[in-house]
Amino acid sequence: MNMLTRGLATGMMALFAASGAMAEAADDNLVINGEIEIVTRTEAPAHLSDTMDEIMSGWLFRGEETRAMEADDFDNPGMIFVEQGEEAWNTAEGSEGKSCADCHGASSEMAGVRPVYPKYVEAAGEVRTLEMQVNDCRENRMGAEKWDYTGGEMVNMVALLSSVSRGLPVNVAIDGPAQSTWEKGKEIYYTRFGQLELSCANCHEDNYGNMIRADHLSQGQINGFPTYRLKNNKLNAVQSRFKGCVRDTRAETFKPGSPEFVALELYVGSRGNGLSVEGPSVRN
Amino acid sequence: MKISVMALVASVGMAASAVAAEIAPTAVTYTDGAVEQSLTGVAGNPEEGAKIIGSKKLGNCVACHQVTALADVPWQGGIGPVLDGAGDRWSEAELRGIVANAKMMFEGTMMPAFYKDTGFIRPGKAFTGEAADDTLGPLLSAQQVEDVVAYLATLKD
Repeated sequence: MNMLTRGLATGMMALFAASGAMAEAADDNLVINGEIEIVTRTEAPAHLSDTMDEIMSGWLFRGEETRAMEADDFDNPGMIFVEQGEEAWNTAEGSEGKSCADCHGASSEMAGVRPVYPKYVEAAGEVRTLEMQVNDCRENRMGAEKWDYTGGEMVNMVALLSSVSRGLPVNVAIDGPAQSTWEKGKEIYYTRFGQLELSCANCHEDNYGNMIRADHLSQGQINGFPTYRLKNNKLNAVQSRFKGCVRDTRAETFKPGSPEFVALELYVGSRGNGLSVEGPSVRN
Repeated sequence: MKISVMALVASVGMAASAVAAEIAPTAVTYTDGAVEQSLTGVAGNPEEGAKIIGSKKLGNCVACHQVTALADVPWQGGIGPVLDGAGDRWSEAELRGIVANAKMMFEGTMMPAFYKDTGFIRPGKAFTGEAADDTLGPLLSAQQVEDVVAYLATLKD
């Protein structure tokens, strides 16, 4: 894009922002700490070929200052919670007196795990999220209490596991034994819930880029979770966000950790196959 | 005194006929998506309609639609068509049908139905995330729909 068209595009964006109707996704690149290159825009995975050409991280739909916060770990408030997760990683707990590190080694050894979850776990005979696996370890390997599915300790741990995979492409399997769960998630994605009769797709597939009141609708990608939201000043679990979205359709929500939300997380995760893991990201 | 006189007129009118005449959400007759008959028999108040359209707690129509005449209402969305000139493009009956349940005219539209109280999937109790109970009513009352329709009818190019 030459300077003239870039200037024109910027001017048009300002115009749209002023009218409050529409705002383009940013034309920007994310490199964290000057070294981790993040794919925030890429070709849509094959299963979306009838729906969209390009998938985009929610990072591109946020303002310049918010985007900048994620580019440097010192500015990213989510990284404080990663540190807390790291502490928990190395702390022995439960009747077995084991820490995560005792079996898994350094947290950095877990690079590559986040991008493939949720996934079908053979030993469990079901699709599991990272949270479910963490709690399985706590209960059955450590002899420790389970954590609340979206509680602070769990979110910190998932943030740690995401942070060591930053820059790696999301690569959730949708075939084989995961397929039936994926289909169920897809059905939920397109179901118009609640008194407002809104599906995920109404906003995040049909209207990303448009403004809904003061909110700039993104594609609803989840590669950036857990997400530090400036709105509530904390790290938010992906299924807490699902719950908030469903609630806002004036619907009876599903519970975090429920089979419905596990299926939805698999499906929505797969819509981001190819984007980089970004968690903990910074959003509005 | 104007307000109290109007309130008196309204309350007399309500007591006399309007309550009995109010059409329940499930009893509304749609013809090609339009609703000929007033839901209350009481003329809509466009000023009230404008408030409902702009208020987050009421219709919040501007979450998705822009209305130039309501430019002082901040953050108007860009999901649905701009409402300028709606009173030229649509008859009152069509406007009533679109506000009450736009899906009757536009199959598959994203627009919520504002005068409907059954047939939802997992309806909630407002924005609590809890299941709806037997207090679940339409998003707008019959008269609020009439007020919105009366305002939209004033939007001429």
